[in-house]
Amino acid sequence: MPKTVIDAHTISKVYNPDTIPVYAVNNVHLHLEEGEFTALVGPSGSGKTTVLNMIGGLDKPTEGNIYINEVDITKLSQSELINFRLHNIGFVFQSFNLIPVLKAKENAEFIMLLQGVKKKEREARLQQLFKEIGLEDKMDVRPAQLSGGQQQRVAVARALATRPRFILADEPTANLDSVAASKLLDLMEKLNREEYMTFLFSTHDQRVIDRARRVITLVDGRIASDTAAVSTEFPHG
Amino acid sequence: MWIIKLAWKNLWRNRSRTLISVAAVFFAVLLSTIAESLKQGVFENLVKNVVSFYTGYIQVHKMGYQQEQLLDNSFEEDSRVKDAIQSATNIRVIAPRLEGFALASSEALTKGCLIIGVDPAFENEITGLRARLVTGVFLNNRDTGVMLSEGLAKRLKISLQDTVVLIGQGYHGATAAGKYPVKGLLRFGSPQLNDKLLYMPLPVAQDFFSAQQLITSYVVSLHTDKELNQTAMQVSKQIGDQYEVMTWEELLPDIKQHIQTDSNNMKVVQGVLYLLIFFGIFSTLLMMMLERKFEMGMLVAIGMKKSKLVQLFLTESVLTVLIGCIAGLIASIPLVYYLKKYPIKIGGETAKAYERFGFEAIFPTSTSSSIFLSQALAVLIIGLVLSLYPVYKVIRLNPVTAMKK
Repeated sequence: MPKTVIDAHTISKVYNPDTIPVYAVNNVHLHLEEGEFTALVGPSGSGKTTVLNMIGGLDKPTEGNIYINEVDITKLSQSELINFRLHNIGFVFQSFNLIPVLKAKENAEFIMLLQGVKKKEREARLQQLFKEIGLEDKMDVRPAQLSGGQQQRVAVARALATRPRFILADEPTANLDSVAASKLLDLMEKLNREEYMTFLFSTHDQRVIDRARRVITLVDGRIASDTAAVSTEFPHG
Repeated sequence: MWIIKLAWKNLWRNRSRTLISVAAVFFAVLLSTIAESLKQGVFENLVKNVVSFYTGYIQVHKMGYQQEQLLDNSFEEDSRVKDAIQSATNIRVIAPRLEGFALASSEALTKGCLIIGVDPAFENEITGLRARLVTGVFLNNRDTGVMLSEGLAKRLKISLQDTVVLIGQGYHGATAAGKYPVKGLLRFGSPQLNDKLLYMPLPVAQDFFSAQQLITSYVVSLHTDKELNQTAMQVSKQIGDQYEVMTWEELLPDIKQHIQTDSNNMKVVQGVLYLLIFFGIFSTLLMMMLERKFEMGMLVAIGMKKSKLVQLFLTESVLTVLIGCIAGLIASIPLVYYLKKYPIKIGGETAKAYERFGFEAIFPTSTSSSIFLSQALAVLIIGLVLSLYPVYKVIRLNPVTAMKK
C-alpha cells in the first residue's frame, strides 16, 4: 500500500486577518502518496507558491495542519523546521540558485556537509548523482560555465543529495528552453520511475503539465480541480 | 573548516566589493596608526625637549625641598646615594646641582639671579648645556669662572672676561660673597631663564654658599621614559624616605596638563576618523547583504541552520577585516619608521620660536609597538562590531521574504 508523504488538512493562509482578510490559500486539502508526480497549476496569484512554501515548511499556514511523513510540521519551531527540511525535503528553484563560487559537485556536496555526511560517503553519492543527471564530465565546472539546463540538473542533484522524502520544485522549467526543459523532465521522470521519488511542482508550463500524472489546479487559493481521481498510478516497466 | 573555505571563496566572488572593504580597513589602520604615532611622537618629543631643557626626567631632593626650595634643605653629596640611584635600571646619567639665589653686580648694576652649581660634564649630558654656549668657553669642574645667560649679561651690561660680583645668603644664614670672571655666555630660548641664570662649577658654588659637600638635587636622565614611574619607585625604594623622588610630571604639572588636554583633543579627531571608518565598512556590508539576500533565503530554505549561516558571514567579515588590518599594519610600519627618521619639519616663525627654546622644530613619530597593535585592534573591533549587522539580519531572516523577487 502506498505510503502517505504529504497530508495537508484544510490549510489556509490569510493576510491581514484582523482588518481586511486576504486569503492567499483557502481551505486546501492536499494528499500526496509516495511516488506521485504531481503538478500544481493555476494562474499567477492563485496560491501555488504559497502552498508549496507551506508544504516545504518555509511558511506556516494560518489554519490547518500539514503532515509530512506523519510529522505535523506546523507544530515545529523554526530551527526544527530547518532541520526537518534538511533531512526530508529537496528543493528545486526556478532560478537554479547554485552557489557561484562552488563547483557543480561542491554545490551538491554542500548540502551533505550540512547533514554531516562522511567524506567517503559524500564522494560515492556525488559520483552516483552526477551519473544520474548525466553530468559526470561537468562535476568540476563552476555554475557560470554550465547552461541553464545543466545548472538546473545540478540543482536537482543538490536536492537529491540529502536523500529526501520528496522534491518540491517551484517553476523548475520557467527559465529553460524546450530542449533543456525536456531533458530535465526526462531526468525527473526517471528518478520518479526508478527511485520512486515523489515530485510536487508548481508550474504553468504546459510541458510539465503534459508529463504530470496528477494535476491540481488552484484558482483564488482554492483547489478548482484535481485529476487524482483519474490516475495516480505510474507506468511500471 | 568547510565554512572557512566557503567564506574565503565568497570573499572573491565580488572582488571589487571585497577590495573596497579591505581598502577601507587598510586605510583606517594606516591613518589611525600614523595619527596616533604622530601624536605620541610629538608628545614624546615635547617631553624630551622639556626635560632636557632643565628638569631632567627625575629629580632627587631632600624630603621637603620641593615645598620650600631653600639651601637649608640641601643634602650631602654622597656616593652611596648616587650609587643607590644608579642601581635602579634605566638610569642613564646623574648630575648633581646646588641651586640658590643671589644678587649679581657689575660695575654699575645689580640684578637678582639663580646660581646653579653643576658638574658641567654631567649637566651637559642631561641638558645639552654646551650647545647653548654662544661665546666664550664651556667650564669644567675645576674652573673658577662662571657662565652667564646672555640676557643676564645684557642686563648687567657685562661681557666675557668681565668680573661679576655675587652677594647673597649661604647655607644656614652664612654670608655668601665672591667675584668671578665671566668665561662664557649661554643662550636660553625662554626669556625668563635667559634673564637670570648663572652657572658655576659645583665646588665653586659649594664654596660660595658655604655649603661644602652639599647639593640641592640629583638630576636624573633615563634611557627610556616608558618606565618613568617604575624607575622613580625603584629609586625611591633604594634611597629611603629621607629623600623625595620626583618625576618630571610632578615637577612640571602644567606640561603634563597640556599634554593631557591635547591628547584628549586628538581623541576627538580620532573618534571622527573611527566614525568614518565605521560608515565606510558599514556601507560595503549593506551592499553585500542586499546583494546576497536571496541567496541567504535559499540557503536557509534548503536546510542551512541560521547558526551556520551566521558563522559563514562572521568568518567572511573577520577575514575581510583581518586582511585589511594586517595589510594596514604592514604598510604603516615602514611609513612610521620613515617619519621617525625623517620627521615632518615645522617651518616659518613657529620653527624659529622652537629653535629659540632649544627645541627641535619637528613632528617626529613614535615607533612604540603598542601604537601599531592598539590601532589595528581598534579597527579590528570596529570591524567585528559591524559584523554583528549581518548576524542580526540572518537571525531575523525569513526565507520566503528573502527569496521574493
